[in-house]
Amino acid sequence: MSDHAHSTVHVLPLKVYYAVFATLMVLTGVTVAVAYVDLGAMNAVVALVIACFKAMIVVLYFMHVKYSTRLIKLTVIAGVYWMVILLALTLNDYLTRAVGTFGQQINLK
Amino acid sequence: MTHAAQPHQPAHHPALAHHFDDLAQQQEAASLGMWVFLLTEILFFGGLFLVYTIYRAWYPEAFASSSHHLDIPLGTINTAVLIGSSLTMAMAVHAAQMNSRKGVMIFLVLTMILGSVFLGIKGVEYSHKFHEHLIPGPDFAYAEAEFFRPAQIFFSLYFVMTGLHALHMIVGLGLMIWMLVWAHKGVIGNGYYSPVEVVGLYWHFVDIVWIFLFPLLYLIGRHATGH
Repeated sequence: MSDHAHSTVHVLPLKVYYAVFATLMVLTGVTVAVAYVDLGAMNAVVALVIACFKAMIVVLYFMHVKYSTRLIKLTVIAGVYWMVILLALTLNDYLTRAVGTFGQQINLK
Repeated sequence: MTHAAQPHQPAHHPALAHHFDDLAQQQEAASLGMWVFLLTEILFFGGLFLVYTIYRAWYPEAFASSSHHLDIPLGTINTAVLIGSSLTMAMAVHAAQMNSRKGVMIFLVLTMILGSVFLGIKGVEYSHKFHEHLIPGPDFAYAEAEFFRPAQIFFSLYFVMTGLHALHMIVGLGLMIWMLVWAHKGVIGNGYYSPVEVVGLYWHFVDIVWIFLFPLLYLIGRHATGH
């Protein structure tokens, strides 16, 4: 019976983990280096794209989602989807308010 | 029922709960349970990232200026340390899958050392902020007077977000002590590894939160002058 359990375990070779680790370290270096270059509004975009890619490979390989069942994959996608709803609908409100209520400095003094 | 009990089979694995057919099904249920918890965590930290985004859009100059008071070298070292701890955690799970109790214990201890180094460096950073009067409240002082109030919003968010992240790491260290005891007792390491896998999922999630916190708090305002 436990042999049956063993046969369903998907053991990733260690070199996959080393490759993911190396990629994460290189991307950390890239994101720090890019921060010192003035790209205007694109600085935040580049930083977030790199962070999303790093998070994706952690989820797929370190967290084994790539090799998990469709139920687990659906659960992970549902979590990300609900966070996008949280961010998108709230920012949809804040970023489209009348001029003077948002996007301008509010005097807190 | 395709999974009906088969009475001719030998006694089942000691770690197999009676309501599961086999360890693989039990493992799947455990991972699903942790993922459902992590979903609530995604929305919990998502709410904080949302608040941060709104205030950053509201006070871009003040947030850029405030972020210049964060220590990028220490933040970068901590990012590397935490990614390293995710690697050692993945290797602990790998050792558990290979039924190596010794490997599980070695890599869990390495992960705990790296996690503690992260918290230590975070403590050094907090102490710098304390001495620079950057803790929001009566002692807060800020050279650029026009940012006095919004800079306190930045540092409130900084301490809440990194503080909750650090709290999650402390919980993770506690979970790893638990796994060390189980590996030592032999509960882990005879075909049963889902507790280590599930603690690994939690630890990698905490790593992902930092992967977003580091650029958002430390990096994206760096090129701006803050004026």
